[in-house]
Amino acid sequence: MNRIKKFFSTFLLLELWKGMMVTGRYMFKPKITVHYPEEKTPQSPRFRGLHALRRYPNGEERCIACKLCEAVCPAMAITIDSEQREDGTRRTTRYDIDLAKCIFCGFCEESCPVDSIVETRILEYHGEKRGDLIYTKEMLLAIGDRYEEQIAKDREADARYR
Amino acid sequence: MEFIQQLFEQLFGAEWGFMLFTLVKNLIYIIAIAVPLLLGVAYLTFAERKIIAYMQIRVGPNRVTFFGIPWLRGWGQPIADAVKALMKEIVIPTGANKFLFILAPILTIMPALAAWAVVPFSAELVLADINAGLLYILAMTSMGIYGVIIAGWASNSKYAFLGAMRSAAQVVSYELAMGFALVCVLMMSQSLNLGDIVNGQQGGSMLNWYLIPLFPMFLVYFISGVAETNRAPFDVAEGESEIVAGFHVDYSGMAFTVFFLAEYANMILVATLTAIMFLGGWLPPLDIAPLNMIPGFIWLLFKIAFLLFFFLWFRATFPRYRYDQIMRLGWKVFIPITLIWIVVLGLMMQLPESVRNDFPFNLWF
Repeated sequence: MNRIKKFFSTFLLLELWKGMMVTGRYMFKPKITVHYPEEKTPQSPRFRGLHALRRYPNGEERCIACKLCEAVCPAMAITIDSEQREDGTRRTTRYDIDLAKCIFCGFCEESCPVDSIVETRILEYHGEKRGDLIYTKEMLLAIGDRYEEQIAKDREADARYR
Repeated sequence: MEFIQQLFEQLFGAEWGFMLFTLVKNLIYIIAIAVPLLLGVAYLTFAERKIIAYMQIRVGPNRVTFFGIPWLRGWGQPIADAVKALMKEIVIPTGANKFLFILAPILTIMPALAAWAVVPFSAELVLADINAGLLYILAMTSMGIYGVIIAGWASNSKYAFLGAMRSAAQVVSYELAMGFALVCVLMMSQSLNLGDIVNGQQGGSMLNWYLIPLFPMFLVYFISGVAETNRAPFDVAEGESEIVAGFHVDYSGMAFTVFFLAEYANMILVATLTAIMFLGGWLPPLDIAPLNMIPGFIWLLFKIAFLLFFFLWFRATFPRYRYDQIMRLGWKVFIPITLIWIVVLGLMMQLPESVRNDFPFNLWF
């Protein structure tokens, strides 16, 4: 009896129909695609995107050229040169991040004693020719200036867990 | 039409005028069939991407618009794809046989288009109303395999060669089951002419379609058709996960596009033939007022679209058959079924008239 049942269900393609009904049902389900440029997925405050150098509220740059980030960077993407400024403080003269090398691990951000180098939520940037992805100190400071509000908010949100 | 013919005959003399007129007329008919067919192919690729995407709860191509009309989002995609393929270089591998390499895509698309000559679109609309139409179709669809074999051979690549071998064995074995299924159809209709086959299914409603008495043959024909066109779940010839793309790995640009066009044109052809032979071609499902007002051509298109949807549905649903399973299905399942059904059908037709009328299946004879 079982064999007869199996014979008929094979010849009537019952199992194939079952499979097709599954895909048929899914055809009318709401779609889960995020329409990217118009819609975006939510980001965590810990998101590790493009780097930025921050300033203190009085406009003084935070970085003291301790070179911890340069030392900790596993991809060796950071290059720092430093000198003494006229007022006697230690400051960077060059702070380059090669984003083609960077692996966005966030170690630089974690190692920084003055919260100067941070990673922002920006992920939509590109370079059109060789060298475009080497970000210099001026560029990083400019990013910091522009997004300071968001950066400060994200640090604030994450402060308890650090 | 008469006027143009007379014009030709006056211009070029009676004999030459008639020949030229026939030539020009047929050329126009061919263009009138081939251009919508190729457009249909382009939009079939779009439909495939869209439908499979929907079945996988994605949305599919939705960026390229048609002249910026917002509700046609995605409809420009096939045209953009075609333009891209046209721009690309046709790379001919160093070890390839150049002549055969170029010949193969031509050999593939030629029968896929040529078979349309005998397809009746409605009671009057057919390019060549020949009596051996079914035979011609069988011959033409079998020709397509040469393109595949030659492509695999000429590429001088192991993957391409493996793909071609698989494809050849598969298509040849399914051709048999397909042919036997069609033998049943022509036993029912007593004719090889596709127009007569459709007319044989006339009689008021869809109960007279060959779909019902020949339902197993319909399944065999349609599944063999899927195998014949190398579509999923019988796409071992392409086998993306095993042999990259099968016989057309080494083809690029327009040469690849021609293979692509041929595959989809064959899909449409198989759907059309299934519609003509089992679903009553241009006949409406019920011969009553609102349904038989719609022209037969529209009904045929509707049936083709319905069957094509199944092609895409299969692809979205089933995993690929293993090679030995394909061979088993073709040789050990389909061919015995068709052979037995031919004998049963023959016996039923040999019954005397009076018995046939009492027989529960008399509806069909």
